[in-house]
Parts: sequence; C-alpha cells; structure tokens
Amino acid sequence: MTGRARVFGDDINTDYIITSRRKRESLDPLVLRHYLFEEIDPRFAASVEPGDLIVAGKNFGCGSAMEVAVTAVRGARIGAVVARSFSRTYYRNAVNNGLLPVICDTSRIREGDKIAIVGHEVHNVTTNETILAEALPKIMLEIIEAGGPVPYFRRWGRFNVGQVTDLPTKE
Amino acid sequence: MPGKTITEKILSAKSAQDVSAGDLVVCPVDCALGTDGSTPMALDYFEAMGGRRVFDPRRIVFALDHYAPAPNRTTAQLHQRMRDFAALHGIALWDVGEGIGHQLIVESGRAAPGGLVVGADSHAVTYGALNCFGTGIGSSDLAAILMCGEIWLRVPESIRVTLTGQLPDGVYAKDVALALAKELGADGATYQALEFGGPALPTLHLDDRLVLSNLSVEMGAKNGIFSNAGLPACDSSVEADTDARYSREVVIALDRLAPQVALPHQVDRVVSIGEAVGTPVHMVYLGTCTGGRVRDFHQARDVLRSGGGVARGVHLVITPASRTVLETLTRDGTLADFIAMGAVVLTPGCGSCCGTCGAIPGDGVNVISTANRNFKGRMGNSNAAIYLASPASCAAAAVRGAISDPREMES
Repeated sequence: MTGRARVFGDDINTDYIITSRRKRESLDPLVLRHYLFEEIDPRFAASVEPGDLIVAGKNFGCGSAMEVAVTAVRGARIGAVVARSFSRTYYRNAVNNGLLPVICDTSRIREGDKIAIVGHEVHNVTTNETILAEALPKIMLEIIEAGGPVPYFRRWGRFNVGQVTDLPTKE
Repeated sequence: MPGKTITEKILSAKSAQDVSAGDLVVCPVDCALGTDGSTPMALDYFEAMGGRRVFDPRRIVFALDHYAPAPNRTTAQLHQRMRDFAALHGIALWDVGEGIGHQLIVESGRAAPGGLVVGADSHAVTYGALNCFGTGIGSSDLAAILMCGEIWLRVPESIRVTLTGQLPDGVYAKDVALALAKELGADGATYQALEFGGPALPTLHLDDRLVLSNLSVEMGAKNGIFSNAGLPACDSSVEADTDARYSREVVIALDRLAPQVALPHQVDRVVSIGEAVGTPVHMVYLGTCTGGRVRDFHQARDVLRSGGGVARGVHLVITPASRTVLETLTRDGTLADFIAMGAVVLTPGCGSCCGTCGAIPGDGVNVISTANRNFKGRMGNSNAAIYLASPASCAAAAVRGAISDPREMES
C-alpha cells in the first residue's frame, strides 16, 4: 500500500476524527467523510484524496469507542493509519473494518511524504528511510486475511482460534 | 510460576485456561451492553454476518441513552430499529429516560465480582468498580457477541494503583481520578489494566470506585478493576496474588490531595484548583456516568447551599444518571433544592456530555462539568471550553461564577 502522508499529532480522539453530533444526521461513511477532522483541521475533508494515509503520534483514536471514527476514514478511501500507538478500541475497530493500523515510530514522517507499507515495514519513499512496524496479533491477521469479521463470521460463525477449539460449544 | 493479577485470574477463569499478560483468549461474556450510539451499526454487521438468531439474548441489554430524548427523526428511527430488534429477539431494553446504560448495568446487578461484562461504549470500564472485568468495544465486536456470545481479548499487563490514607474534607474520588490522569497521562495505561487496591479501600464507597474505574479509559486503560476489599464479601470476588506481576506501581496518598481541575481540552491537563481559581464560568454541568449519582448531587447541593446559591449569569444544568437517581433526589428533596436554585433538569442520559442532545454551550462559554471528557467540541460546540472537576468544585464555581476552592464553602 502506497500513499501520501497526512500528518496529525498526539492524542487525536475519536471526536476529533468525526464529531459525535454528526452521527445524529447520518451513519453513512460517504456522508461522514465530508466532516473528517473538522474540529482540528477544517480543510482536511476537502483536500483528502483516495489512497492518502493518516500518520499520527501516540494514542490515536482515544476517547469514545464509536466505530464511525473508522468507517468515516474508510469512506474517504484512506487505507491505513500509521501511528506511534493507538487506543485499543480504535485498533480493534480499524482491523474489523479493513483499515490497517500500523504501529511504528512516526516522528520523522512529514506532511505529504510518500509512504509505502510492505509487510512489517514502513518505507518513507520521500526520505528513503525504512521504519520497522509492530506485528499484528495472530487473530487480527486471520480476521484481515478473511476479509474482515463479516466474511470471517459467515465462514466460521464464531471465533475459530486454535487454542479454544477443544472447548465445548455453549449450546 | 509467578502469581496473577485480578485481571489475569478473571480471564483465566472465563477462558478455562491458565493465562497471563500477553496471551490471547476467547471468552464468553456474562453480559454485553449496546447503546443507541453503537447498536444500530452492530445490527448492520450482524445482518451482514448472516445472523438470524441472537446467541443468548438474556446476556444482551440495550440502552437508549445517547439520544435521550431523540433530537431528530434520524435518531428516533435508530431507536425504533433497536426496539423492534429487541422485541423480536427477546433482548431487554432500557428506553429513553431510564438512564445511562453503565449506571443501569450497575443498578441492575449485571456487573458482579469476578464477572466479564463488555459494553459497546468506552465507559464500560466503569464496571471494574465492582471487581468485574469491564471493557469497551465497538459495534463490530458487539455484532460478533450477538453471533456467538464470545469476545477475543489480549490479556493485559496491569498497573497497580495503591490508594493510601483517607480523603480530606472537600476532596473527592473525582480529584483522585484527575490526579491519576495527570500522573499517567492520556496514554499511560494503553493496552493495560489499572488495578486499584491499598489500605484506603475500606473508606471508599462504591460510588467513589465507580468514578475511578470510569476515568481509567481516559488514561487508555483496557479495564480499571478494584479489589473487592471494603465492599460486601462475595463468593465470586477475585483478589490478586501477593506475588502478582505489575508493569508499574503508582501510590496515591489521598490525604495529601487537593481538589483538581482538568483544563481544556485534555483530560490529563490537570492542575490543583488553586492554579485555576478565578477562571470565569458561565455554565455548570452536573451529571454523566462519572458524576451523576445521588451522592454527587448531595455534595454539590451542600456547597451551593452553604455558598448562598447560584451566581447571577451562571447556567446550571443537571442530569441524573438514571431514573432511580432522579427518583431518589425527588424523594429526599434535593431535586426541589436544585430547581429552586434555578437549575435546568434534563432527561437521564448521556446527551449533554457528548453534544448529541441536551444543553449545548455557546461560543466563548466556559463550562465546568462533572463529566469525564473535555475535548474540544465535546459538548457540541468547539468554540466553548470545558473544565472537569468534582461535583463540589463544580458547585463552588456556580456559587462564585468562577472556578473556586470548594473547601472555602463547605460547612
């Protein structure tokens, strides 16, 4: 995945990604994308292009667990968020909606840099620098490989993790 | 083999495996809460997953709390969809006016020691006060629970928070929580559990513990769980082993604390109240899943009374956390006191805290609130500034029209 870096700072909470009050009008990602980051960067939504990547500091997606903060980003056809750390709810919601969350040192990535994500590596094409990213937990990789939780559940109907297959079903 | 934290023990028991921090588990949930903020999307995922029957409807509960009452047709239709789904599948539903889902989970006894309760809302961490593993999830994870009754979790490392001493007059659980947020920072507990214990526990009422557990997510915590010490003994309660491993230990001496204030627009931007005294305040908000319980309103009322009431030009808005709280305040005369002092009383629910409905501050307005978040725009207007403090400190600000030390007013 290759795209242009759109850089934000630390502690970007989900209300900053998409303000709660917009949910009153619509939950449609194609509507909500027009209000992305409006509280902190009112010009972002008009300037975002398909394939752009969000780059942030620590604790991206903190605050509310609202999943529209992921689906609105997907609605703008952003494929990944690269951050020093994520709130755990944003991280889970991202994986569950096909938005790749990448954890790595983002301190040397600048607005507009061309970024390529290949496996566990983040290449800054503009500065010719390679940053090593953290691996995703196995179950998240399985969910991503299945195409998200919807196809995963259509196939398995439950969490089909090796270490629990010997547990009796509850029914 | 080293001992285990409370969280490691609960997740071991629930997953029927011997697990410790870093392991991945799949667990059945004792209960899952869906709100009107998260459930409509969960129903979309459930349908897309091919869901026809809810795995165990008795373990699911819905709360219509974020849009209470519905401010427009779109949200009214979301409510209708949830009511129809709940009726079809036999799911319990708390309708508009019954209160904030987290408060109702606690009042209804659904969160119990040793339990695992999740909520599709970040403040599900509140249940940790009852020695219960409580964590927030999104809509897609709620859909998975509707499908199979289970959730996958990474067992978190725990930060031990030891509370010593006793709260001095004028200092409350909210001040402790804000002091902890300052110490740890907004991401200080990310992917980790907070485990509260220490000799102060017998002095901390359940309502105090709920405040600390509630705010643990503002430090990034997965869950904020209390030892059951000091609460009624319970067969299912879980305590940490004496040789449990912690990633960090923090000690808070309650008797050394002063009232605290979080300044706009970050929960961890905390100062002792002395540094904020004199800041003009135009709106005072008492309510939310942090500060909307009976004791909170009693503490605020007492400060307002001894201070001589609400200052001219200050807009006082109150939202009891549940109908039960509202009924108690009605019976004991507290509600009448607030109304006589000019307070606006809103429907029990989340509205004003997250700007989804309720009282929205105007441009340039300084709000002081008992809530848990003060992000820019949080209450529905990014041109307002939100300060967070205890109910007593909020009441003191209402008396003076400026941030004030409640210790100067309490009788």
